[in-house]
Order: sequence, then C-alpha cells, then structure tokens
Amino acid sequence: MSSYDILFWFFSLAMLLSGVLVIASRNPVTSAICLVALFVFMAGLFVLLEAFFLAAIQILVYAGAVMVLFLFVIMLLDLKASQRRRFGWLAAVGGLVVAGALVWELGIILQTPVTVAVSGQTEVGGGLEAVVKPLFANYMLPFQVTALLLLVAMIGVVLLSKKDLQ
Amino acid sequence: MIEFIVISFIKIAAVIGVMLTIVAYTVMLERWVCAWMQDRIGPNRVGPFGFLQPLADGVKLILKEDVLPHHVHKVLYTIGPTLVLMPALINIGVIPWGSNLPVFGRYIKGVIADLDIGILFIFAFAALSVYGIVLAGWASNSKYPFLGGIRSSAQMISYEVCLGLSVVPVFMQVGALNLSKVVEYQAAHSWLVLCQPVSFFIFLVSAFAETNRTPFDLPEAEQELVGGYNTEYSSMKFGMFFMGEYAAMFVMSALMVTLFFGGWSLPFAPFNAPATSLPVGLAHIGIFLAKVVALLFFYVWVRWTIPRFRYDQLMALGWKVFIPLTIVNIVFVGAVLALVVK
Amino acid sequence: MIVQRPKLTWWERTYLPQILAGLWLTLKHIPRRKFTRQYPEEKPLLYGDYRGAPVLVKDADGRVKCVSCQLCEFVCPPKAIRITPGFRPENRFDANVEKEPKDFVIDMLRCIYCGMCEEVCPEEAIFLKNDFAITGYKREELQFHKEKLLELGGVHDDKIWKWKNK
Repeated sequence: MSSYDILFWFFSLAMLLSGVLVIASRNPVTSAICLVALFVFMAGLFVLLEAFFLAAIQILVYAGAVMVLFLFVIMLLDLKASQRRRFGWLAAVGGLVVAGALVWELGIILQTPVTVAVSGQTEVGGGLEAVVKPLFANYMLPFQVTALLLLVAMIGVVLLSKKDLQ
Repeated sequence: MIEFIVISFIKIAAVIGVMLTIVAYTVMLERWVCAWMQDRIGPNRVGPFGFLQPLADGVKLILKEDVLPHHVHKVLYTIGPTLVLMPALINIGVIPWGSNLPVFGRYIKGVIADLDIGILFIFAFAALSVYGIVLAGWASNSKYPFLGGIRSSAQMISYEVCLGLSVVPVFMQVGALNLSKVVEYQAAHSWLVLCQPVSFFIFLVSAFAETNRTPFDLPEAEQELVGGYNTEYSSMKFGMFFMGEYAAMFVMSALMVTLFFGGWSLPFAPFNAPATSLPVGLAHIGIFLAKVVALLFFYVWVRWTIPRFRYDQLMALGWKVFIPLTIVNIVFVGAVLALVVK
Repeated sequence: MIVQRPKLTWWERTYLPQILAGLWLTLKHIPRRKFTRQYPEEKPLLYGDYRGAPVLVKDADGRVKCVSCQLCEFVCPPKAIRITPGFRPENRFDANVEKEPKDFVIDMLRCIYCGMCEEVCPEEAIFLKNDFAITGYKREELQFHKEKLLELGGVHDDKIWKWKNK
C-alpha cells in the first residue's frame, strides 16, 4: 500500500463517515458542520487527483462561503422542530428506491472498462489553465449566459422577498 | 524523498516556532504601543523591560481552570478555538519567507509548500477560519457569544469578497497565482504597492475586517457584547482565540508584504534577486520578517486610534463602496494591460 | 438650539482626513513624557487632607489623648471600632485626666475610611493619616489594637494644650 493509497482511503472513509453523520445527526448545526468536513475531505481527494485548483475552489466556495451562509440561516431560524421528526413510511420507501437506483447506476458504471486516465493531464498550474482556458475561450458565451441567469435569479429573489414593501 | 520530508519538517518547526514567538510578542507590542500612545509606560515588570511578559501570560493561561459551562454543545465548544488557530498555521506554509537558503551545496526554498495556486489556497483556508468564531458563538449557547457569531459570519463573508476581488489586478499584472513568482516579479520590477495602490488600500481595510481588528472588531465588541464569541471561554481555550486572532494578523501582514511590499526583496542588489549565498538568504528572511513586524505595528497603531464602526456602516462600506471599486479597478487594470502594455 | 450640520466635502466624507489626523496624533504621543508612577518604588503624592487609616495620637507631654468617651464607636457606620474604657492609675503624670481606653480596637477589614470618627472626636485624639496599603496574612493581623494605633499615630502637634494646666 503506497502513501497515495493510504491518503485515498483516509479521505474516502472520512468523507463517507461525515456524510453519514450529516444525515444521522439530529442537530441541524452539527449536520452542517459535518457537511463542511465532507467538503474538505472531498477537496483532499481532488488534491490526490492533482486538481489543485478544483480543491481550492471546493473549499473556498462550498466550505467557506455557501456553508457559512447555510449556518447563518440555520442559526437565525433556530430549527428546533427537526429534532423531533417522526419516522415516515413514505419517506423510507422513497429513500430506498433512490438508494437502489444509485447502486444500480454505480454497478453499470463499474462494469464499463475505464479508458481515460484522470490524473496526469492537468499538470500546468495545478489544473488552473485546464479549467479556465475552455471556460473563457471555447465556452465564453454559455459561461456568460449562465452568469446572466444567476443574476436574473438573484434579482427575482430580491423582488419576491421585498414584495410586501411596495 | 526522505531528504524532502526531513527538510520540510525542519522548515515547519522553524516557521511555526518563529511565527508563534512573533505572535506572542505582538500581544506585547499591542500593550506597549497602547500604553505609549496614552502616555503610560506599559508592562515592564517581568524580566528586563518586561520582555518575559508573554511567558508569564502563557503560563497563567495554561494553569487557569478550564471551565466547561453545563449549557454548551460540548464537542463544538471544544473544537471552536482550534478552528480559529488552525487556518492561520496552515496558511503560513505557502507564504515565501525568503528566496532560498544555499546550505551544503543545496538550494533550500524559503517556503514550505511552493503551490501554484498559492493565493487561492490562502483564501480557501482563511475562509474556514470563520467557522471557529461562528461555532464558538453558537455552541456557547448564550446570547452575547451568539450575537458575536452572527455578526462575524456576515462580516467575514462580505469582506472575503472584497479581499478576493481586490487582489485580482495584482495577479493580472504578475500573470501567476504562485506567491513566490509574485515576489520574484516585484524583486525584478518594482513593489506592487506603487503600481496597484487602490488594490492595496482595499486589501488593507478588508484585512482589518477579516481579522476582526478595530475599527471592525464588531464580533468581539467588548462594550456591547462583553467579549463576543469568546465570552464563555476560559483558560487555554480563550488563549487559543487570542493566539488565533494574532496569528491571523501575522498571516495577513505576511500576505500583504508578499503581495504589495516585495516579500523578501529590497530594491537594490544583492537583495533584488534570489540568494546565491547563505548570508544573503538569511538576510532575505530577516527583511521579510522586518516588513511583517512593521505592518503588525500598523495594525496596533490603527487599533488604538480609530473607534469602532457601526454595523450598518461596516456593511455599507463593504458592499456599496469596496466591491464596486474593486470591479472598476479590475476593469481599469485589464484595459491598461491590454491597451498600453501589449 | 438647532445645530447646523456642516456640509462635508467629498474628500472629508471618505473619513480619510480624520483617520490620518488621528493616526498622526497617536503617533506623536509615543515619544512623549510618560505619566505613569511606578507604584511600589515611587509612592503617590498624598495631600494633608488624605483619609487613610485611622490612628490614635498622643499630645506633646506623651499623654494618650483619647478619653474613651466612645463617641467614635457609636458614630462608626460599619461598626469597626471597639473601645474598652478604663481608668488611669492615681499617681501617674497624666492622672489629671481620669480616663483612657484599656483597649481600642479598629477592625481594618470593616473600616470604610469615612473619617466620621475624626470628625466626632471631642478630644482630637483620632485622625485619618496617610497609610493606605493595609495588608495582612490573617484576620487577626488587621485588628489594630491600642499599641499599634498609638505607634502609627505618634505625637500630635496641638495648637491648644487643653489638659496642660488642669
């Protein structure tokens, strides 16, 4: 077992563990913190794939910004009700169906032979250019349109939440 | 491989040792400068001129009773202080302290991890430091810490945006995210504070907000929130918050030195190029640390001069002034680079 | 009265001139003369009317001035004074005043330095002097008895010698 394997198993198992804790813990703040831990371990996996840029962005955007906002909202709302949530048959069956579908999908993917090596392609700039060049050269228009879409969504939210002020 | 690991461990030990010593003496500097500005003498009892005061403070903090209030969330309450200190200790690893140290015919780099995504790495982990404060505030389960935590999360997200956007022109000019390359560029050309004054100014102010220093120390605002997020803490847990704050200041100062004040370089030979002999290599580290200490003094100086901002003023400054200004600055620098330089 | 708000210029509204002026002001104070008094070595300057620990005094003949009238004991707000009255021996030099306290205890843990005992004393026998650092390792050490109080008080330089020729 090389040091690479040890790190891979460490990050994977830690990620799975924190993923389970996200669902299992009854306190929404604890769940959110476990989700942050999950993002950090996922960034570790990205580092193992030599996708440093993705790893940094993963931590910066998801763990650093999105989850802080989540926490902010959870703390402000003070979600106590979710601690006493009942077990529902419908939810259980639905969950089992989704989980089964995922496992089935995973089986199909694992059976198809792997042809593309993931690592080794993105040496330059820790994957920075590999990510950024296509974004700003080949796919400039879709990129800008996506940005515009997000802007529209944001304006929509502001408009809806301020409705009563008019 | 073994050699790399051994050298790295030595570097880590040296960097953290020096950093924590400077952090301890920054607390000292804070008390001294504050006293001098108020026409007092300041601490002078422990050791000659009070130089051993940090040692006494440390011993006191460790020996104090570690109170765990019964109403807290125990796990999060305990990891809160470590989460404040850890990002600063991690981040110092990618900041170049010197050019290189020629020892036994080898060139040892003056940075622990010479990452190509340097600045993104720093922002990523600096972004994590907010969790320590927010969790401490929430896990304390008491109103003042909670208010501090809430304030902190909103403030740090806002100013992270300013911080990130303000340095974009720097990297547009240098053409690399690697911090060693930024320093080498400045050694060869000129300090970026001269080319990018707007960037520097916004970065400086945002750094104050990001490290919760006066005039933006609303998360701990003693007069309104007792101690903010660290109200319920005692003993070394409180000490770690304290160290974390000053370590974050150290990292921010080191980052400003690296980005805007030429890192280890001075604008004349032999300090304007990577070192080829050991004395010059050591001098580079000394120059870097001297610049960092000068900026730390500036932090302290500002703290004892400017009163705290109101919360709405803080938010207005971040979102309505700095973010538009940074975007204008990015567009302007981009236009200059595209039209004039090329 | 209506105070007109001054119209600020653009430059003033950036806060910068005031911030820079403040920074310059604090910087100027760094090399200035310091006003700290290094306490245990440099004693504070006390004025004549300073109210420190209460003490008993003797007059110029060496006579204990207190006649154990117990007015101070009655007036003392925290009840810090306890007097055991007594008579003087017949043929002593100071026997023309028949009474003096057998014991005079001031509990320095209770004393509030109000100075009422000094105010009320008809014989000007008790004064609040300059001692302010009163410490001890045991409670008993802070019960000041007659001998201690007289030792602290010494001889009082009277203007009128009330008992000299009576």
